[in-house]
Amino acid sequence: MSIDQSTAAKVAKLARIKVEDDALPALASEFNTILGFIEQLNEVDVEGVEPMVSVEPMRLKRREDVVTDGNQQDKVLANAPDAREGFFAVPKVVE
Amino acid sequence: MSDLNKLGLAEARDALCKGDVTSVELTESCLAAIDAADALNAFVHKTPEIALERAKAADARIKGGDAPSMCGLPIGIKDLFCTKGVPSQAASKILEGFKPEYESTVSQQLADAGAVMLGKLNMDEFAMGSSNETSVYGNAVSPWRRGNDDVQLTPGGSSGGSASAVAADLCLAATGTDTGGSIRQPAAFTGITGIKPTYGRCSRWGIVAFASSLDQAGPMTKNVRDAAIMLETMCGHDPKDSTSAELAVPNFEAMLTGDIKGKKIGIPKEYRMDGMPAEIEKLWADGAEMLKAAGAEIVDISLPHTKYALPAYYVIAPAEASSNLARYDGVRYGRRATLAQGDGITEMYEKTRAEGFGHEVQRRVMVGTYVLSAGFYDAYYNRARRVRTLIKKDFEDVFAAGVDAILTPATPSASFGLGEMTEADPVQMYLNDVFTVTVNLAGLPGISVPAGLDAQGLPLGLQLIGRPWDEGDLLNTAYALENAAGFVAKPGKWW
Repeated sequence: MSIDQSTAAKVAKLARIKVEDDALPALASEFNTILGFIEQLNEVDVEGVEPMVSVEPMRLKRREDVVTDGNQQDKVLANAPDAREGFFAVPKVVE
Repeated sequence: MSDLNKLGLAEARDALCKGDVTSVELTESCLAAIDAADALNAFVHKTPEIALERAKAADARIKGGDAPSMCGLPIGIKDLFCTKGVPSQAASKILEGFKPEYESTVSQQLADAGAVMLGKLNMDEFAMGSSNETSVYGNAVSPWRRGNDDVQLTPGGSSGGSASAVAADLCLAATGTDTGGSIRQPAAFTGITGIKPTYGRCSRWGIVAFASSLDQAGPMTKNVRDAAIMLETMCGHDPKDSTSAELAVPNFEAMLTGDIKGKKIGIPKEYRMDGMPAEIEKLWADGAEMLKAAGAEIVDISLPHTKYALPAYYVIAPAEASSNLARYDGVRYGRRATLAQGDGITEMYEKTRAEGFGHEVQRRVMVGTYVLSAGFYDAYYNRARRVRTLIKKDFEDVFAAGVDAILTPATPSASFGLGEMTEADPVQMYLNDVFTVTVNLAGLPGISVPAGLDAQGLPLGLQLIGRPWDEGDLLNTAYALENAAGFVAKPGKWW
């Protein structure tokens, strides 16, 4: 599998990382190096092998579906780059 | 007592107990050593006020006869751990200015046990790297040098600041985290001890996530006894981490008898790599001889899927990272890029993440995005998870056959020069983790013990891999190896 520049651009878009057009050839080439390394996995016979979900066989604990936390708006917003009137502020989303 | 910063945890604890020294004295000695070691760039956020306040409180508790296990012992905390009110950036620009409103479970447990935080330690950005060269703070530098050569060497990564600080006696011990070898490789490069416990032993709550199914915290210390003491404090069930194991934590230190008679130690043939330096080969053989002389039985074993561990890791870890790092969007915390007139929310995400993430982090997030994308999920991600099942089964088979622990080299080479790998392709750097990454994929405990020096005078480590949840037995085998290897070398002070 070889990654071309348009695939690299698509992946960057999906990852929400801005990559300038002139950086795409180098990025595509790095992807190809890494994917070439990963291709080795095709040598392994995985027929009938379950994909690992949890490395230690344990059942995730459940708890009552009740509120355990809250009432700390100031703390939640304390690290926001832009917080106004008790909200996170972002550029206009709806026209 | 002079040079208090050179003490280990157990020695300092005993001296505090006897009243020979106070925590304030220990802490001041470390703070002075830290201030004199800016050239190592190990401590990136110093917290002397917090340290002295905790040291005074610890002295009062010791006087009152109420000293918990790590009371008054000064340690460093990797920048990956969220520490309340103290910058916690995961060495990334994107978390610039982030001061958590909460404390990670592990650092809270250490504080509750009386440990004194000296500051935050350098690391690779988001723990992605093997040389501490991807940090927004700049490189951490190893206190070790090749003979009289003044080339700066890497302390390894990602826990490079932790390794450098412990090896240079800036603190008595430090926390690290290990996703593919990030505790054990830097420990080996700097002549210290580092253990990654079984997946689920230490709570991951409050530790900035890299690859959630692989990440584990652990101690980096001056010897095996100290690792036992600190690991016990760090471990334990935490309801805030759903993968945290509800198992009792044994007294690891009490299990250090040094008696390994009759233990079966496996030597995996697949770890004998082509082009392995003769020094590493010899170190490994010597280690096996030492364990044999201590009464263990050495057996040849096979872990047939070893070769596929690194490629599987470089699918699974980036996939998980791409999901985990989606939260850095310039909205809730950290840094937002300056936007141009008319930029919308998508431009905000894209510019913030392009500016905030370093090159290696961007690369891994994008590789992860690719292997999880429609059409490739089965071919890459699910295949890698199947291979992971086989890698774990390799270990299960060996342990079922009666093997108690597995001995391997910790790294394929000694430390290398900062910048020496810049021109190499990313895969060359990934090979640093070839002996350690299998252990994360299988969720097992692994420990790196310093065992010798190479011809240039640089430390080399051996790794022991144990059964799941059997850190006590693993530490004891490591203790026997430490006793036999008698590693006492320290870097000459140049900084």
